[in-house]
Amino acid sequence: MKIDTSHGLSCEPYTAPHDNPCINRGTMPQITLIGINHKTAPVALREVLSFTGDEADVALRDLFQQPEIRELVLFSTCNRMEILFIPARGDGQDCVKTFISRFKSVPVEKFESALYIHTGDKAIRHLFRVACSLDSMMVGEPQILGQVKKSYRNSVAANTSGVILNRVMHKAFNIAKKVRRETGIGDNAVSISYAATELAGKIFSDISTRSVMLLGAGEMAELAVEHLISSGVKEIVVANRTFCNAITLAEKFHGKAVKFEEMEHFLKEVDIIISSTGATEFILTAPQLKRIMRSRKNRPLFFIDIAVPRDLDPDINRINNCFLYDIDDLQDIVNDNIEERNKEAVKGERLVDEAVIKFINWMESLEMVPTIVAIRKKIDAIAQAEIKKTMHSMPHLSPRDHEAIQRMTRSIADKIMHDPIRFLKNMGNHRDDARYLNAARHLFNLDHTEEL
Amino acid sequence: MTLDTIPTGLFFIATALYTASTVGYALYLFMQKEKMQHTALSLILAGFIFHAMGTLMVSVQMGTLPIHNLKETLSIAALALSGMFLVLKTKFNLKILGIFAAPLVALMMMAMVALPGAPVPAGSFLKGFWLVSHIILIFSGEAALALACGAGILYILQENAIKAKKRGFFFTRLPSLDLLDSTSYTCVITGFAMLTAGLITGLVYAKAVWGSFWTWDPKEIWSAVTWLVYAALLHGRLTSGWQGRRSAIMTIIGFAVLVFTFLGVNFLIGGHHRGFTM
Repeated sequence: MKIDTSHGLSCEPYTAPHDNPCINRGTMPQITLIGINHKTAPVALREVLSFTGDEADVALRDLFQQPEIRELVLFSTCNRMEILFIPARGDGQDCVKTFISRFKSVPVEKFESALYIHTGDKAIRHLFRVACSLDSMMVGEPQILGQVKKSYRNSVAANTSGVILNRVMHKAFNIAKKVRRETGIGDNAVSISYAATELAGKIFSDISTRSVMLLGAGEMAELAVEHLISSGVKEIVVANRTFCNAITLAEKFHGKAVKFEEMEHFLKEVDIIISSTGATEFILTAPQLKRIMRSRKNRPLFFIDIAVPRDLDPDINRINNCFLYDIDDLQDIVNDNIEERNKEAVKGERLVDEAVIKFINWMESLEMVPTIVAIRKKIDAIAQAEIKKTMHSMPHLSPRDHEAIQRMTRSIADKIMHDPIRFLKNMGNHRDDARYLNAARHLFNLDHTEEL
Repeated sequence: MTLDTIPTGLFFIATALYTASTVGYALYLFMQKEKMQHTALSLILAGFIFHAMGTLMVSVQMGTLPIHNLKETLSIAALALSGMFLVLKTKFNLKILGIFAAPLVALMMMAMVALPGAPVPAGSFLKGFWLVSHIILIFSGEAALALACGAGILYILQENAIKAKKRGFFFTRLPSLDLLDSTSYTCVITGFAMLTAGLITGLVYAKAVWGSFWTWDPKEIWSAVTWLVYAALLHGRLTSGWQGRRSAIMTIIGFAVLVFTFLGVNFLIGGHHRGFTM
């Protein structure tokens, strides 16, 4: 499906016979999006072009100073940099490119080939897909929506977004929420750490009452435990052969460092064990564990072995109330889940397409001619309905009286509409037509079925 | 419509509602939509209300609880089960147990409706405080133990999924092992306490009717066996940490023995409770 939203879009379908389509044809604002992302540019280039938080703010205000730009939202993450704008005159694209080049001191030729430029429905679709995390490197990752929201807030604070971008951004947030709610795009864990946390949740009902012990203080352990910590475990114990490393890591998590030899004692107290030592042999065997299980009265233990070669005897998984997952098991889960997410993403794309069509319809209604037609139709309908009501209760009136009342009502309606319609028709010299059209549509409640 | 047909109608409505609730829970199991679970719960609650009204009317008519034949006994057992499920659901919010409880109740009700009502023998031996207490306690206790078995089955399904590292159909749908285990445990404690009290009131009643607490009746012997199985389960749990799988298996064994005591003894052996399942 392709929708043409270019300037030359014909307004014939909306043209009533009494309208002159030649008077100030609607100037459809052209939503434009210029950006780069992880698909079009290598990290070296993304680094150069991305804006840090403060930089983005300065850039936003700077670029908005350009007379070519009417509305502007700018966002930048480690994987993308996107500039969404409505041009005031021309298409504004060169202006934006030059601005990037000047602001980042990079010649245009260096990055031009990595840029994508979308206009109209393609720009809207791109924005919606980004907000829905359909365009993310890890499809369905939840952070992107927050980042988009933040940059929109900056635009609102800097007063750079107007009626069109306000609406398109709100729609983007709505569709993102809808996609998350109605598809399973964010349902499944797609990192080892998430997968481990998900599994822990299937064993223990309340993670916050459980404690974790790390065996080995390497970077892998840190990564694996990351998500468990953010979901709030009770306590973290770090056991390491080199005690000072244990202390460093324990400090980082506000946990407790213990000597490696004390491991067995702490096995009686903790509930989740993440092992990542460099040992070449099993550091815990099944018979050893059977004994420990007896002394902890069979309370369940969840082992995560991310070491290669493995630290933990695979037979541990056969002991009652012991659950052991190694790195491959977790990786399998992650791969399955990625596949699952990609399936769900197809549903998400469909929801995005729907939202784009709806938005385009609204944009088209912001044209002057359809707005005037809609106002006329509405007032005429009200007038006709009132005449009908009055006539119904006055059957004694002659046909001539009838006609007189008809005429009078119509002329009242015409007189009331005259000034607002003249105002709308002569808007050409206002800076922002869309704003007035939007206001007019609100004043006459023309889009009553659709909430903002 | 005579006075007799009203309760029959109520039982039919209750059966229909329980069946609808079963469908609701099945849909919830497959589609995981909260709304379905809410609907299914409302349906089983409505079924329980109709069922209880019907039972109350019959009881008032007869002047005692209707447990003279298998038809009536099944109905009371189903009522106890749906009631117990509603209580435990409210207390622990374990939605998934409905997947076990609703179909069980619906099946019992369907069997109840299909069975011909045997003529009620004359005689007033089924009256009195001790007997009514005995019946209510035993049936409620058995209902709680049935739910313990349900939670036990779900535990084993979930544990198998986790151990096999196959995150299949049940893994995503079932709650944590922790929750299933503690629910099962709570059900066992509740059920065991009621069963114990029910057996004691039964003994008191036996003394009053037959002049002796214990007559080595097969029903009595098997009731004692059932009681011992659950006593062993609780003992193991408290002293040697029979958590999880072992406890779950015991609730299933216990429930099998219980069903045998409830129905099997009457059909296969006989004894002084025989009339209830005629």
